[in-house]
Amino acid sequence: MISAFFIYNQKGEVLISRLYRQDLKRSIADIFRIQVISNTDVRSPIITLGSTSFFHVRHENLYIVALTKWNANAALIFEFCYRFINIGRSYFGKLDEEAVKANFVLIYELLDEVLDFGYPQNSETDTLKMYITTESVKSERAMREDSAKITIQATGATSWRRSDVKYRKNEAFIDVIESVNLLLSTQGNVLRADVAGQIMMRAYLSGTPECKFGLNDKVLLEKDPSNRRKSSNTVEIDDCQFHQCVKLGKFDSDRTISFIPPDGEFELMRYRTSDNINLPFRVHPVVTEIGKSKIEYKILVKANFSSKLNANNVVLTIPTPLNTAGVTCSVSAGKAKYVPAENSIVWKIQRFQGQSEFMLTGEANLTAMTHKKAWSRPPISMDFQVLMFTSSGLLVRFLKVFEKSNYQSVKWVRYMTKAGNYQIRF
Amino acid sequence: MSDAKFFQRGKIQELRLELNSDKKDRNHTRKKATLKKIVANMTMGNDMSSLYPDVIACMAIPVLEVKKMVYLFLINYAKSKPEMALDAINTFRRDVEDPNPLIRALAIRTMGYIHVDKVTACLIQPLRHCMRDQDPYVRKTAAVCVAKLFMQDRHLVENAGFIDLLRDMLVDSNPSVVANAVAALTEISERSDHIQLKLNMSIASKLVTALNECSEWGQTYILESLMFVVPQEPGDAEMLAERIAPRLQHANSAVVLTAVKVIVYLMNYMSKDEDISNMCKKLSPPLVTLLSSGPEVQYVGLRNILLVIQKHPEILKNDIKIFFCKYNDPIYVKMAKLEIMFRLASEHNVEQVLSELKEYATEVDVDFVRKAVRSIGRLAVKIESTAQRCVEALLELIQTKVNYVVQESIVVIKDIFRKYPNQYESIIGVLCENLDNLDEPEAKAAMIWIIGQYADRIENSDELLDDFLYTFMEETVEVQLALLTATVKLFIKRPTAGQDLVPKVLKWATEEVDNPDLRDRGYIYWRLLSTDVAAAKVVVLSEKPHISTETDNMDPVLLEELLLHIASLSAIYHKAPTTFIPHCKPRFLIPSPALRRQNYGYGRGTLMHQDSFSSVHSNSNGEHTHKDDDLSNSSSTREPQHQRLSYHEQSFDQIAEASIGNQEYYDQRINTENPYRTDTTGTANSKSTAGDLMSFDL
Repeated sequence: MISAFFIYNQKGEVLISRLYRQDLKRSIADIFRIQVISNTDVRSPIITLGSTSFFHVRHENLYIVALTKWNANAALIFEFCYRFINIGRSYFGKLDEEAVKANFVLIYELLDEVLDFGYPQNSETDTLKMYITTESVKSERAMREDSAKITIQATGATSWRRSDVKYRKNEAFIDVIESVNLLLSTQGNVLRADVAGQIMMRAYLSGTPECKFGLNDKVLLEKDPSNRRKSSNTVEIDDCQFHQCVKLGKFDSDRTISFIPPDGEFELMRYRTSDNINLPFRVHPVVTEIGKSKIEYKILVKANFSSKLNANNVVLTIPTPLNTAGVTCSVSAGKAKYVPAENSIVWKIQRFQGQSEFMLTGEANLTAMTHKKAWSRPPISMDFQVLMFTSSGLLVRFLKVFEKSNYQSVKWVRYMTKAGNYQIRF
Repeated sequence: MSDAKFFQRGKIQELRLELNSDKKDRNHTRKKATLKKIVANMTMGNDMSSLYPDVIACMAIPVLEVKKMVYLFLINYAKSKPEMALDAINTFRRDVEDPNPLIRALAIRTMGYIHVDKVTACLIQPLRHCMRDQDPYVRKTAAVCVAKLFMQDRHLVENAGFIDLLRDMLVDSNPSVVANAVAALTEISERSDHIQLKLNMSIASKLVTALNECSEWGQTYILESLMFVVPQEPGDAEMLAERIAPRLQHANSAVVLTAVKVIVYLMNYMSKDEDISNMCKKLSPPLVTLLSSGPEVQYVGLRNILLVIQKHPEILKNDIKIFFCKYNDPIYVKMAKLEIMFRLASEHNVEQVLSELKEYATEVDVDFVRKAVRSIGRLAVKIESTAQRCVEALLELIQTKVNYVVQESIVVIKDIFRKYPNQYESIIGVLCENLDNLDEPEAKAAMIWIIGQYADRIENSDELLDDFLYTFMEETVEVQLALLTATVKLFIKRPTAGQDLVPKVLKWATEEVDNPDLRDRGYIYWRLLSTDVAAAKVVVLSEKPHISTETDNMDPVLLEELLLHIASLSAIYHKAPTTFIPHCKPRFLIPSPALRRQNYGYGRGTLMHQDSFSSVHSNSNGEHTHKDDDLSNSSSTREPQHQRLSYHEQSFDQIAEASIGNQEYYDQRINTENPYRTDTTGTANSKSTAGDLMSFDL
């Protein structure tokens, strides 16, 4: 298990150092600085020297580093690093060098709590905030009063939720956020297209509510013969993963999603589907190298979704060779300019109505190069957001809330599709 | 209020004065500030240990924040200043009796970190109490504390009844306590010579029930412990796997991968092929989903997928597209994906794979490009129907004249020539255009091999070889060996063209060079040629054994072991943990009536490692092997057969040897009470094992 946990800034200065086991000394921190931070060519997130292994994750301007001398569970260590980042964000808004320095004592307190002898313990921010807070005075009084409540909470079956939550108005917001990934070949064939979806929930519900959640999940709906005729509107989910509040056994047996939500915002589930993806945009690039000194671009982009919808913040990043001297281009909508630092033409379109199409024509002038190495032609990548549209066709069918006081609750749902890795080769 | 201002170097003297200052200190804010400075300096690596009397004096301050900082100080410096820990003992004694469970737990947790004998002595009694504390938070902290104590004093833990207390905790009503107790027991078992965790079905089943209520980390610990269940009947394995399967849907990849590990392990004990293939179907989607996590977890996932699909090729066989590289994937993810792509390549998808590989071969990262080029060549060897297109792709790449691409291409083309003799000679001309650019030994050796092999078809083969021979003495052994053989081949095929070169090379090889391999080979050729040229021809030009990519497969015995370590470091490195973790217990499949026969088609003897030049000697047909000859499984036909028996037919000795190869460890195990030993003689006796063996019959 984890023997030591360090946080470094980009210069390699140690901001946090906590040893959990006697098999390592503080001086090991220097080794990581020399081997990883000062090394320009790091090719793995895990480095083993002798029998000591260093796991690192980069976040903002920090290196989050966990060490072990054991044949430890690597997935667990990285998940812990991710979790630590989330805890930091939830406590300080942002986890960067400034935040770490401003709160180092609190971070030591947290680290003492969430890792015991290198074993990750309860790391639900909601619970942690009950007894580890930035205002220590308050926390102490709170601790004396309900220490028993805290301990039950920290070790209990629903460690993610306090039982005494109260709201005047009971509301729940659901956000379905889909990232659509596309890889289009030079010939215009879809090499891969899939959707990574995320269902975020903000629950402002009193007491201990039992929620049931339903999607137009093909497997579930086709089980019920009365629904079969409607099955054209269903989505085949390849795989999904749930927040730890969801009863996995129940999902496994009858595919119902039931849970007691944490208070506030959380990620209820993630899913993946690759069946029948509606690609929101089609891109037709024509890029021709004219001799050694010029490249011509003709990029056509078309929105495939309903004309009632709009996409926002559409950005196309069109690579140019390293030896580009200048670019001239004109577009039928939005703005395009050459960004030398990124070696690409960046074309931005604020609003992009469904079914419309736009065109970029341009020319890149190249400087002469002494050695001729073919241009690797990195793919065009695209960024966008389309509201009230899901690439997979996924819909929320219901969210039911049961609580013993039987209150009425209001539920809202929103959909958004954004670009994940949307790449077009040319 | 920001603490950042404390992050500066402080002088010990000043800090001491500040701590002892008589000035009014309402709410102890002044003391707190000074302590923060000390902690900050500790973090920066400045030695603060000489402040200990002053810091310990602060323990009396009844402010939790202060207490926590003092404890942190103690944990850091107790080892170097044992006497200061003693001063703290009284406070600890008081704290473990505190009515507040958080304080009790904090005291126990901190004492466990302080490795000073006197503190440890004071810990034993309170720890026992805490393990039975009415508050679950204290109990879960105490459980981990036993593992801490074990690292410090094994005998104490083994002999003072702590193991029994931990065992009792396995049926605690609180899931966090169960999870931590399991984690502690697993670690103790992994490190102890006397204690081996063994779970029977009834306790396993209780643990699985606790899974539903545990935190994600707790679930990982419990799943990990299920690796110590040895199902005696196929039904047990099936039932357990079925109950674990829902964990594959968990958002935490540690839970998912550990569940995969347990399920893959349990499959070894299932009887029906149908059950196994059903389980395999369940494994594919969650493994794919790992690729939507952060890049580090993706990497862990990919390396493990590579293991799982070698054992169960039906998993993911239709999902190759998922492994196509994104342009902005980190390099470690790309490299791992490439290996999986090659493995999943088949007649059905080879078209797509090849076009992807061609794409990658034009990218920027040198290592990645090389690997892509090499994969194209291996693809040609693996799938015959695609060889033609692979060769065309390689030719196109050679035309780019990018030095390392050309060299890498030549290395793999050599393999293609070996696999499909006399089919692609037409491209030799193109290869010869690039001779001058070769500067890597492997590429040179490959090119020389090609020239030697086709000496009679290449018009100026003697001139080409002569050019290479010009720098003979400066070349690496690999290249020298290749040159020697190629020259002899030339001489046999075209005596007039080779007659000037051969004596020169033989003389160099036998007289001027220090390398024994080279010298030996030189003498062999010399004698052959001088006694009987016809015999030499038979030997040197004999038909070469076929090569295949079969031997790219991992040693099945190693694979079996690595599968028991899925998610761990060892599964990422594809190395047995015993090779890089000292004092690590090896794992192997423990025999039981339900264990399936392990089918190892070919033995370890077939696997030649890259650096094994020794193979050159044993090669009776005079055809020497380059570094790349690990592609050849030919040696198995010549060397004594090392066919592995299935585990059923092996004695325990063989199993241990086969799965660990760590004789020293094994000797030691046999001499002590061996918990596995009884299993080989039949389960009926297993109850009668020695007293220190834990068998968790509850």
